[in-house]
Amino acid sequence: MADEKEQSKMSRRRFMRNSGYVAGGAIGGGILGSLLGTNLLDTNQETAQETNDYNRALMFFTRQKDFDILSAATERIFPEDENGPGAIALGVPYFIDHQLAGSYGNNEKEYMQGPFSPGTDYQGYQSPLKRNELFLVGIQALEDESMNNYNTTFTELEGEQQDELLQAFQNNGVGIKGATSATFFETMRSATLEGAYSDPLYGGNANMDGWRMKEFPGSQMSFIDELDSEDFIEMEPNALRSHISH
Amino acid sequence: MVTKLDKAEVVTVGVGWAGGIIAAELAKAGVQVVGLERGGHRDTQDFQMVHDEYRYAVRYELMQDLSKETITFRNRPNEDALPMRQFGAFLIGSGVGGAGVHWNGHTWRFLPYDFEIKSMTDETYGPNKLADGHTLQDWGITYDELEPYYDKFEKTAGISGEENPMGAPRKNPYPTPPMKSTPILDRFKDASNNLGLHPFMLPSGNLSENYENPDGQFIAQCQYCGFCEKFGCEYGAKSTPNVTVIPTAQETGNFELRTHANVTEILHDDNRATGVRYVDLQTGEEFEQPADIVVLTSYVLNNTKLLLHSGLGRPYNPETGDGVIGKNYCYQIIAGATGFFNEKFNTYMGAGSLGATVDDYNGDNFDHSELDFIHGGSISTKQYGRRPIQNNTVPGGTPSWGKEFKAQSIKYQNRWLSVDSQGASMPHRNNYLSLDPTYKDSFGNPLLRLTYDFTEQDNRLFKYISDRSAEILDEMGAEIVEPREMTDHFDIEPAQNDHITGGVIIGGDPETSAVNNYLQMWDVDNVFVIGASNFAHNGGYNPTGTVGAFAYRAAEGILKFRENNGQLVKGKNKNRMA
Repeated sequence: MADEKEQSKMSRRRFMRNSGYVAGGAIGGGILGSLLGTNLLDTNQETAQETNDYNRALMFFTRQKDFDILSAATERIFPEDENGPGAIALGVPYFIDHQLAGSYGNNEKEYMQGPFSPGTDYQGYQSPLKRNELFLVGIQALEDESMNNYNTTFTELEGEQQDELLQAFQNNGVGIKGATSATFFETMRSATLEGAYSDPLYGGNANMDGWRMKEFPGSQMSFIDELDSEDFIEMEPNALRSHISH
Repeated sequence: MVTKLDKAEVVTVGVGWAGGIIAAELAKAGVQVVGLERGGHRDTQDFQMVHDEYRYAVRYELMQDLSKETITFRNRPNEDALPMRQFGAFLIGSGVGGAGVHWNGHTWRFLPYDFEIKSMTDETYGPNKLADGHTLQDWGITYDELEPYYDKFEKTAGISGEENPMGAPRKNPYPTPPMKSTPILDRFKDASNNLGLHPFMLPSGNLSENYENPDGQFIAQCQYCGFCEKFGCEYGAKSTPNVTVIPTAQETGNFELRTHANVTEILHDDNRATGVRYVDLQTGEEFEQPADIVVLTSYVLNNTKLLLHSGLGRPYNPETGDGVIGKNYCYQIIAGATGFFNEKFNTYMGAGSLGATVDDYNGDNFDHSELDFIHGGSISTKQYGRRPIQNNTVPGGTPSWGKEFKAQSIKYQNRWLSVDSQGASMPHRNNYLSLDPTYKDSFGNPLLRLTYDFTEQDNRLFKYISDRSAEILDEMGAEIVEPREMTDHFDIEPAQNDHITGGVIIGGDPETSAVNNYLQMWDVDNVFVIGASNFAHNGGYNPTGTVGAFAYRAAEGILKFRENNGQLVKGKNKNRMA
């Protein structure tokens, strides 16, 4: 697998130079030209990381305790392991907090008019709760269950105990107000994966380490010259930050 | 206060592929066309930040705002329908170009069998091959009649492809050669050949080379960047209305495109449309746009809703089988199998239409004498460009979260392949569209109500095609092969397939169909309706090629209608359903 090794050492800059993308004449014009005109070829990675640190503060949660419970739960869903960082190190809890403060948390592009009814198992999400309310209700229920079952706050439980509670939520074994516990759990699970693997511009996937674990190269402009490679090509990931002029 | 505007000769409701083709063809012929589009303007420059899975694929940047309008859903006529509050099973596009912006570009011709499905099935297998309740019917047009229009659409869109040995016969080759093959596709093709099947490259609206279409519009060569479905193309290398028919229409000076114009009603005196009413979504102002000819060119759902809400055509009644508007809603039966491999593939590279297909199990290309279903589906492997949020496929039995899930989802990210089908969907009398009695859109008008469930026919087709898909994956060398399993009922929540069809169906008989074979309404001569809403059932392929062909056919019909008025087709009354 000499090819794989060589490719993995290849810098992104060199990849861009070697790829068909730079042979812009073949593609013909406008947009490509304007993209190349920005400093797409600069990484700015160090600056990005520094700036992101200021971003690690709360937009939605008002109590740190709620945020800590969320953090602990997401880490059980996506734990640190030999593959690499878990949800907390990737910034997933901040990603979720920031999303809950905006359009996602307020279901702005979703139909939220009544009357509300639970419906059948095939009729989809029917809760009157907005997502940010669902998280507050769900997190409080996690804490209540923790106190009821173990007389200990959720964040201080053993990992296996936290898993047991989360499993009960996923199995719809806990009554919560306005929704089912499974709805809360599945929403939190999806949001965790979204935070782990979305572009780092959203505050998760710190240092693109989520992408690195999956050997996903992020935003690349062209694979036209690599497409027929029989060997797996591992390349340094690239984030959307490189698409904007500074 | 409604502002009454000057009359237009032709108004289209929606400006995607269908509206764009109508606008281009009529404007080139000197007809003044107004296009009303409820979404905003979009062109290639809007897609410079498009490599963002979260924004576009997870948060649905390019899709309809459901807070303003959605549908309600139930599985059966005796249930209460509830709103589809979030996107799930299928997506609804919005904005200039419509779903033609975020589509993948799979561009098929339906099989000759599809257009004469009732006659040909009865002839080969007798009249009782399908169970009672299936409202199967011929389309009132043959493949041979539609062939020139398919050809025209493919040339406009520059489709890249190669001969399909089991497909509908073609008079001309594709305008551009097939896309590049890859080790994944080669594996599929080799395995299919070993099994005696007939693989070929999937016909693609992501172009294999730079192309200038007959209208002089330029489409660029695809770069295989891996962001196509649910995304727009930053290169202008995906064939969309925005880089083809819309600029063609605009260059004539005869086409006026109005964005943020949400049509709420078709106005009419008795059986003649007089125009449309719309709301400017940015100001809230209401307008009346009078027109000689009204062309509905929006998505399946809105074409049907506007007719029902405006009281045009005869609403379908599932109890009696009478009426047509809302009838024969169909879906796509997405049978298939997943294979887990020991080796890694470059799955993150790809394009929306990068794929290889076999048609040996589509339509009536195989003998159904000993089988308890009809039709089938194209079976493909596709290399879209695998992204990390929405691809966490793990072998069965793996938990969906925690340590084992993380390890397995990372291990298999580049080690699984899918072989799957656009399985055909047959109409049933209880699968239909109607107006909801309870829930309203943001204008206070009723939401459209979908009543839909899978049938025994669907289950059997699903099982058969999934098993064939698994055989191919096995031959491809997968370590673990898992055929897909169908849910007990259609579920509105998990993402499945955007190919919904029916509601305003084409046919030869005014009693059982809504539009004639020029897509002109039987009941209202100056209204044409174009889209997958015309499909009397859904075939074993993606729909857009057939929608494009219908739009070219309708454009010809509208030009004829301007000269002759009245019905363009004489209705037959021979295939009335019992």
